[in-house]
Amino acid sequence: MEYKVTTRSERETIEIAQNFESEKFPNMIICLDGELGSGKTVFTKGIANALGIQESITSPTFNIIKEYEGELPLYHMDVYRLDGNTDGYGIEEYFTKGGVVVIEWSDTIKDILPKEYLHIKFKVVDENKRVLILTPYGKQYEDLCEAVL
Amino acid sequence: MSNLKDVYILAFESSCDETSVSIVRNGHEEIATVVLSQIDIHTLYGGVVPEIASRQHIEKITLVIDECLKKANMTMQDITAIAVTYGPGLIGSLLIGLQAAKTLAYVYKKPLVPVHHIAGHIYANNLTRDMEFPLIALVVSGGHTELIYMKEHYSFERIGGTLDDAVGEAYDKVARILNLGYPGGPKIDALAREGSVTYELPIPLDDDSYNFSFSGLKSAVINLVHNEEQRGNEIRTADLAATFQDRVVHILTKKTMHALRQYKVHNLIIAGGVSASVGIRDSFASLCKDNNIQLTIPSMQHCTDNATMIGAAGYYAYKLGRRAGLDLNAKATDSLH
Repeated sequence: MEYKVTTRSERETIEIAQNFESEKFPNMIICLDGELGSGKTVFTKGIANALGIQESITSPTFNIIKEYEGELPLYHMDVYRLDGNTDGYGIEEYFTKGGVVVIEWSDTIKDILPKEYLHIKFKVVDENKRVLILTPYGKQYEDLCEAVL
Repeated sequence: MSNLKDVYILAFESSCDETSVSIVRNGHEEIATVVLSQIDIHTLYGGVVPEIASRQHIEKITLVIDECLKKANMTMQDITAIAVTYGPGLIGSLLIGLQAAKTLAYVYKKPLVPVHHIAGHIYANNLTRDMEFPLIALVVSGGHTELIYMKEHYSFERIGGTLDDAVGEAYDKVARILNLGYPGGPKIDALAREGSVTYELPIPLDDDSYNFSFSGLKSAVINLVHNEEQRGNEIRTADLAATFQDRVVHILTKKTMHALRQYKVHNLIIAGGVSASVGIRDSFASLCKDNNIQLTIPSMQHCTDNATMIGAAGYYAYKLGRRAGLDLNAKATDSLH
């Protein structure tokens, strides 16, 4: 099962993210892929905002993992820089720490992803328009998509 | 100063990619520094030890410590206190330095001094010239962009920072867009010198705040490249690099100079890996000269992450009585205070 959603502005991408946040559960894992500037971090900002996180969500590209305190903790990762070499970063540990996990460039670490998660592919149509292709893996995420989309 | 006993800080920095240990005297003199990647592990072990390449192995840091003490011709008895970066950074990496520092503090009964990574970047300047107050510090690196006001030693008031991408990251991402590889920040800096400002790009977050936003500028570069490709125009890479750098430098200098005027400060220090950028250095140098501002930029080897800067900051933290217990924990995110 695959869902397609078109957003026409950053605002609309943030709204989608907020809708997912409202159905959050501990250890929710959302994997984001798509070229630079396609809206991955914008989506994460939407989640963070809805989690009540006051701090600005700055890009985790350099630090790889950033942690924020919210209604649930948010673990925001950008694994691009690892180039698939995840050894010793403890990324898997974050999957079971009870927070919401958002992973940018998840395609590069497919081997260590759990069986169940939500994958979102961002496609750039033009300057403002994006197509989000959402694929749930596992019952919990199928239900999540049913509830939100 | 001459009557006082010398203070030797053994410092640890492992917040991201590199594990580094340094010994610093009195906050401004580097005695010895060893970065893990510099040690010839093959020589030390007399052969290939595969797991030594794995960054998580705590034991490897003992090699770095030994090497550093040897280089300084000192023993742990000569060390006054131990300073360590506790955050922000990558938890797994931070723990390497933290665990080593805590263990040594416990075994040799030395005070343990916690140091914030950004404080370290700022104090890298103290190794170049004794810091004069009040000052404004602009910290620009791959992971950070911060404007900080300091009234005196170890007093940090964060007056602004990036809302999204750090400066260094914006450079790296533009390099990715232009297929220059990653990290490509230094390549953009070099290319910018060959090109001219001929493209149209916005000045990001051009307002009265001290905050920065570079994500929009990155998107503008992406859109520009797409549009030119669709029109069948070839991208003049050097010109685009020059235009991009022009916008970054414009907003960095504008907001920093504004802060200097607003806070009536005549000392500016620039810190962090991006202060190695020639484009940024030159622009600040000429502006500071025109405005009678004393500008200090750390030497190249102290711009990027290193333990020497932690030793410099750690000295002042130590003098102010800042201590941590053995329960000191690594923090992925933490604001400077």
